[in-house]
Amino acid sequence: MAKRDRSPRASGLRSPEAAKLTQGEAPSELLRELVAHLRQNRTLLREEWVGRISETRLLTAMTKDEIFAEATSVYDSYVEALETGTFEALQAYARNLSERIIPRGVETHEVVGIVLLLRDVLARSLFATYQTDFKKLNRILDAYEPAANRIANTVAVGFVQERERVIRQQQEAIRELSTPVLQVRERLLILPIIGVIDPQRARQLTEQLLRGIRTNRAKVVVIDITGVAAMDVTVANHLVQTVEASRLLGATVIVTGLSPEIAQTLVTIGVDLGKMNTVGDLQGGIEQAERLLGYKVVPS
Amino acid sequence: MEVPILKQGEFLIATIQAALSDADLEHLRMALIQRVVRFRSRAVIVDVTAMDVMDSFASRTLKEIAQMIRLRGAETVIVGIQPEVAFAMVQLGITLETVATALDLEEGLAYLSQKFKNLN
Repeated sequence: MAKRDRSPRASGLRSPEAAKLTQGEAPSELLRELVAHLRQNRTLLREEWVGRISETRLLTAMTKDEIFAEATSVYDSYVEALETGTFEALQAYARNLSERIIPRGVETHEVVGIVLLLRDVLARSLFATYQTDFKKLNRILDAYEPAANRIANTVAVGFVQERERVIRQQQEAIRELSTPVLQVRERLLILPIIGVIDPQRARQLTEQLLRGIRTNRAKVVVIDITGVAAMDVTVANHLVQTVEASRLLGATVIVTGLSPEIAQTLVTIGVDLGKMNTVGDLQGGIEQAERLLGYKVVPS
Repeated sequence: MEVPILKQGEFLIATIQAALSDADLEHLRMALIQRVVRFRSRAVIVDVTAMDVMDSFASRTLKEIAQMIRLRGAETVIVGIQPEVAFAMVQLGITLETVATALDLEEGLAYLSQKFKNLN
């Protein structure tokens, strides 16, 4: 990162010259030389890289040995990607690595950080090697920088994609867990809703409830929203629609557990809940449902 | 396709068995409001279990049938609305508020006998 300020200056210097000079030596030639250099100094550069990683306190969730082992694989994949110009192997490795380290709490900035560190360490070593031949250094950097940037990009994107995949998977799991439609008595269903309701979840809740009404032949449904902290216009309207759709299937809906905050919001934003049957708490809701169904609770 | 209308005691039962054209719906409406008085029926059950889609014309006609039957001195119960159809209807703003609904024919009959038992 420290050498960022170098590149604009260098590129400004480079462009006219580079065009002239590349005629003599093909970029692939240079890349081969570069790769040979990195292979030769593998141990040294890797050590330095690992040193820089622990210096900057990245990857604190991993032990020194683990960092060293991963660093070796990353270094080799890195050089291979530079050599072949194909990124599939590196991409696969990045995905695999992400899969292993995401559950251990490694953050995006750490992964991006170590790849950028490697890029810098290698660039430094190129400086040291070619400091006597400035023109050659320029050409080497011409070949190295685009490839290195693409590698950093690939690894970062791979990591973020893996993270997003994990998040999607978890969202799916939460959604499935969080919408139980329970039968408490013959023809009486309870739908306890807990957590945040977004439009997608609201839709899923409705579908499950309507299907539940049909399969259980329910006449009364108690929707308990004690566990819902907030509700916006979209979700409130969706709730009203759910109540109406349930009625079309011949079921009465009782909504219980509206928190003071939600009650205030709903009245303020002007959602018409006139058609909705509301009871203070779940117990009261079940009692009313039992009355509607003709049950009578008699103490023995 | 004509909708069969059965007389079951004090009730009339119309079972829609396939998707209906607009003309069929109008025909059903006429047939029901004529027969409800001819048979001195107290209620009409319209079974829409077989309908996979309910467009705005069909829902409006159902609502009108219910209103006309009320004017003819009887009650209407719509039974067998599918869950997907129900949700699509409320999204279109069709809630059939003034019409009684029940899960299926059995429920509709139970609802009506309960209601008339209380009245008698």
